[in-house]
Amino acid sequence: MPRVLQSIICLMLVATAAMGETLHEERSRYRDITVTQVGERRCLLFNVHRGDRNQTCVMVNERERLVFDYTRMSFAGLLLNPSPQRILIIGLGGGSIPLTFSDLFPEATIDIVEIDAAVVNVAEEYFFFEETANMRVFVDDGRPFIKRAGLRGQTYDYVVLDAFSGDYIPEHMLTREFLQEVQAIMTEESVLVANTFTSSRLYDHESVTWQRAFGEFFNFKLPTSGNRIIIAWMQSLPPRSEMVDRAQDLSERLKKYDVPLLEYPRRLSTRVDWDMSRRELTDQYSPGNLLLGN
Amino acid sequence: MVIIGLILSRSEAELSKIRTARNRALPRQVIAGMAFVSGFCIMTIEMLGVRILSPYFGGSLSVWGSIITIFMLALALGYLFGGRLSTHNPSAATFALFFIGAGAFSLPVILLADPIMRPIFLTIEDPRYGSLFAAIFLFFIPTSILGMISPYAVRLMVQHEEQSGQMAGLLYFVSTLGSAAGTLGTSFYFVLWFEVNQILWGTVAILILSGGLILAAHTLLNLQSFKSSSGQANSA
Repeated sequence: MPRVLQSIICLMLVATAAMGETLHEERSRYRDITVTQVGERRCLLFNVHRGDRNQTCVMVNERERLVFDYTRMSFAGLLLNPSPQRILIIGLGGGSIPLTFSDLFPEATIDIVEIDAAVVNVAEEYFFFEETANMRVFVDDGRPFIKRAGLRGQTYDYVVLDAFSGDYIPEHMLTREFLQEVQAIMTEESVLVANTFTSSRLYDHESVTWQRAFGEFFNFKLPTSGNRIIIAWMQSLPPRSEMVDRAQDLSERLKKYDVPLLEYPRRLSTRVDWDMSRRELTDQYSPGNLLLGN
Repeated sequence: MVIIGLILSRSEAELSKIRTARNRALPRQVIAGMAFVSGFCIMTIEMLGVRILSPYFGGSLSVWGSIITIFMLALALGYLFGGRLSTHNPSAATFALFFIGAGAFSLPVILLADPIMRPIFLTIEDPRYGSLFAAIFLFFIPTSILGMISPYAVRLMVQHEEQSGQMAGLLYFVSTLGSAAGTLGTSFYFVLWFEVNQILWGTVAILILSGGLILAAHTLLNLQSFKSSSGQANSA
């Protein structure tokens, strides 16, 4: 028994050491928000008591560097559309994706939709995020925002879906009807980049849904990451040689953010690696979080 | 004084009604079972509310707030009117009508959800008020009818004044158990097995069948009591 106690105490010590110094703790309308810092690495964590992973991290001494694979992977859409002018990002987090976009394309307008006002405040206070004349944050749910934009005839040429709530993407943003509403704000040149997970039964359902909405899409995975980035657009997908050329043109500009764009084209796959017999997710059938556990 | 007089005279009238109603009252098990069904259906529809509203108004906390608010208000009004209706010649037929009515007025949730929500979405930008109005138009009428069931059931079950608290307690118990079952069943299993509209059709079917069952039980009982009373008349 004492040995068990000892190991528990040891584990707790290790855990607190790994968490480092807590800069900020807050219970918002949607989640528990924690900001920690270990050395130069400052991280935003949601629902830390449930053992969720870091949402976002920045190096306070090298702010431009993107720390996570999935954040870097979100820029693979540049292989299809290398010079976006109207960018939409659903889900702010620490704001590293919009900050990078605004640094890369100062002329582009960037709209960001974040449901939780507390996340916006934390991003501004701890993660160097700042609204500019070209970069606006809307505190809103992503789906009605996109639906309304579509009805107004607004379009975006680079759309990033990175909304997470609780366990996963909110159920009403996993459905075919939602993807159709996203298509309504896209043009022929628009690229859609979505951050998803590779594990769980939901992978099959999601893939079937995307396939029904877009036909072929790029599945982008890295061995080092549990994320699967979906890259879709309205035209037929470009040949790899074209993307390699784009990567060569852009890779210098992306180096300071630590995005290894040259390695990406060969990782974009159209191979069907999911069970195609799985049921499509619709507004009528979207038990996302129940499928996640299986 | 006048008020007390009114209350006294009403209770006299009611007592005589109870005496005539006693021999053709619905069995308690049937009434309690129906209270379970009403609780079950209320929570099944409420749990699906967010799924129905979220394509237009999102899945934020305020959308849940709108739905729960409207359900609470509708139930409150239903309790009041159900209680009042139970003072005028309470009958199994009216009781059955609540179920059939609730089923019928749930049909717009299935058939007209988009035509109802689209104009609201277009006119009201704020998703809080958008979802509030959508919840009113979709859920208020069927939920208030469902709310009438419990107080009316108390009236049908109470035969002596001193039982009233016990019967009310029993009905709260059973209908709240039904609500718990509806909540758990919908959120854990039904949404995994069925589409939203299939679950709603199931709810409508259960409500209308329940109404039919009450009418059938009532008719059978009346036939029996008619036979037995005519038998007594013959022997006399």
